[in-house]
Amino acid sequence: MFDLALFVIFPYVALVLEIAVSFYRYFNGSYKFSSLSSEFLEGRELFWGSQPWHYGILFVLVGHVVGFLFPKEVLLFNEVPVRRLILEVTALTFGLMALVGLLVLIRRRFTNDRVWAVTAKMDLFVLFLLLIQTFSGIYIAVQYRWGSSWYASALVPYLRSLFVLKPNLEYIAPMPWVVKLHIANAYCLIAVLPFTRLVHFLVLPVSYVWRSWQVVIWNWDRKKIRKV
Amino acid sequence: MDVRSQISILFHLDKCIGCHTCSIACKNLWTDRKGAEYMWWNNVETKPGTGFPHRWENQEDYKGGWVKEGNSIDLKGAGKFRGLKNIFHNPNLPIIDDYYEPWTYKYEDLFTAPEGNDQPVAQPISQITGKPIEIKSGPNWDDDLGGSPLYARKDPNLEKLNAQEQEDLFKVEKLVMMYLPRICNHCLNPSCVASCPSGAIYKRGEDGIVLINQEKCRGWRMCVTGCPYKKVFYNWSTGKSEKCLLCYPRIEAGEIPACMHSCVGRIRYLGVLLYDADKMKDVVHLDEDQLVEAQRDMILDPRDPKVIYEARKNGIHDSVIESAQKSPVYRFVKEWKMGLPLHPEYRTLPMLFYVPPLLPILGKMNLDVYDTSCADYFSTIEKARLPVKYLASLFTAGNEGMVREVLKKMMAVRIYRRSETVGDIQGADMALKEAGLTRAVAEDIYTLTALATLEDRFVIPPSHREEALAMEGMELVKPGDLGFGFRDRPERM
Repeated sequence: MFDLALFVIFPYVALVLEIAVSFYRYFNGSYKFSSLSSEFLEGRELFWGSQPWHYGILFVLVGHVVGFLFPKEVLLFNEVPVRRLILEVTALTFGLMALVGLLVLIRRRFTNDRVWAVTAKMDLFVLFLLLIQTFSGIYIAVQYRWGSSWYASALVPYLRSLFVLKPNLEYIAPMPWVVKLHIANAYCLIAVLPFTRLVHFLVLPVSYVWRSWQVVIWNWDRKKIRKV
Repeated sequence: MDVRSQISILFHLDKCIGCHTCSIACKNLWTDRKGAEYMWWNNVETKPGTGFPHRWENQEDYKGGWVKEGNSIDLKGAGKFRGLKNIFHNPNLPIIDDYYEPWTYKYEDLFTAPEGNDQPVAQPISQITGKPIEIKSGPNWDDDLGGSPLYARKDPNLEKLNAQEQEDLFKVEKLVMMYLPRICNHCLNPSCVASCPSGAIYKRGEDGIVLINQEKCRGWRMCVTGCPYKKVFYNWSTGKSEKCLLCYPRIEAGEIPACMHSCVGRIRYLGVLLYDADKMKDVVHLDEDQLVEAQRDMILDPRDPKVIYEARKNGIHDSVIESAQKSPVYRFVKEWKMGLPLHPEYRTLPMLFYVPPLLPILGKMNLDVYDTSCADYFSTIEKARLPVKYLASLFTAGNEGMVREVLKKMMAVRIYRRSETVGDIQGADMALKEAGLTRAVAEDIYTLTALATLEDRFVIPPSHREEALAMEGMELVKPGDLGFGFRDRPERM
């Protein structure tokens, strides 16, 4: 029953919240869609926190997505023990990098008066969730080895069953509690995302790459030129 | 020919008295808010000096503006690859200590302190943390400190001078300073716009004012790095960048921007310039000493029928063309060639021009008497206290001839006027001829410099907002629209 609420109902609620609230907030004043950078108030410590955190978590996140999209290929890749070892060690390194970065960021937020002045309650909540997520992830990676393989074979089917609207709890039930925590906490993060500064990741400025350097906005329709 | 109109500004530094009235007018109107306390969209610097933020002209540290790369240009510290690579941490971002930590005083203590043997004092407290702070720096911290080892010595422009010339600037009897008021230059090739990953900063087509859309700004802060003049400021409370908006709500209502309207020395002029945007790509990558001349060439004669024809074809309203014909900035910059842009070597094509200050008469020690009289009355430019080389470093990217040309004109006008009004010196015609001026032109320069009325100094083009409103999707058109301002508080949860 508890599993049903946490791993079948909650993910849908979280996803609906994420999408609906993000859209609602974006189109009703996207003013707050940013990460509220505090680099201007403190720059040096941020470097040692933000860089390892972002690069670490990005690699790990992309890893999760790749595993979700191509489970067979991942399993095939992992058949050779050396390849599996390299993959696991790399992923763990990035995970540890993210954890170190996160700890630096948390320390910075609590010890720097200026940064504390721009810290909202929700920021602390997000940091708390992220800490649980990163820490449990690393714990799982160390404790239950070859996660890349059993994630692909045991968890991806569950995740996919959610996506095709035929939730299947078979795979979840026998999982250790840390793995369950990791999954439930991930849903938590998805649910709170649109309410927090995490929204900055929804508005990544990718269009900058192909945009022209200068932006000019005209008062009149340039194509419909006034008669001379 | 792609004719566009640009509201341009001219500051006549010969008239600036360094009173900071402009800064205060701007502060009261725009930046008297949380997160904006440290911002000075308009500030007045003492030169030689370090400026605001500290040593902003040192682009080796701040990495602002464009750099020449072959037959093109690239952003120095921001840009598509560099900007996105540094998105998690921008190594070229100035932090608040490069400006100053804003503070107020705990005035309450003056009233609530218990009776004691000492007078109660109002302690300074930080406007960020609310805790007591030790004030290390503040606005205009280097005000009037020409000659000081702490500030004047650290002026990045001094690096252009040789050791002897630098020493001369710091001799007690030769100490010198000038004022440099600065606002956003509303550049033709703005590097803040180019460095904004969100595309939130834009140049208005109709008048060239550069603005930041606060709704679109995501606070990536690349514009702060991108602007070499450090005139884009990060609001640490709202997480958005802000900058001088040339008081566009006032301009649209036909009023004069606050800093200019309040200027005590009447140093400020504002008017429309028409320019050829097609020439831009050929201008921005020229060698440094050609930049000023090339930028001047981009400015078009608003009385030339061909220019008028092309301007109309581009949608520029007749009333704007008419304003351009009356523009005082056009006269100073194009006709008289007296207006120079600040640090053209940043290649942003700034549209705020400066008439450099004419230098004070140089006195000499004569038998223990400080003697300021000299044979040719106004001394000569070569003997100037503030070396022409220094001014050239500020205004012409090192082209001394160009600065000398302007100073000669100003000197000639003075000699001419002295001979007209007092009649005790000779050689007015000589001086005018040398400067390439006629009596009529000199009279015009004198009139617009010294006697100009408010209407002469500020020729504000009609904004034709009705055309903007006629375009679909603009705000404040439909009944029931809410108007300006925030619909909810900018604070986070």
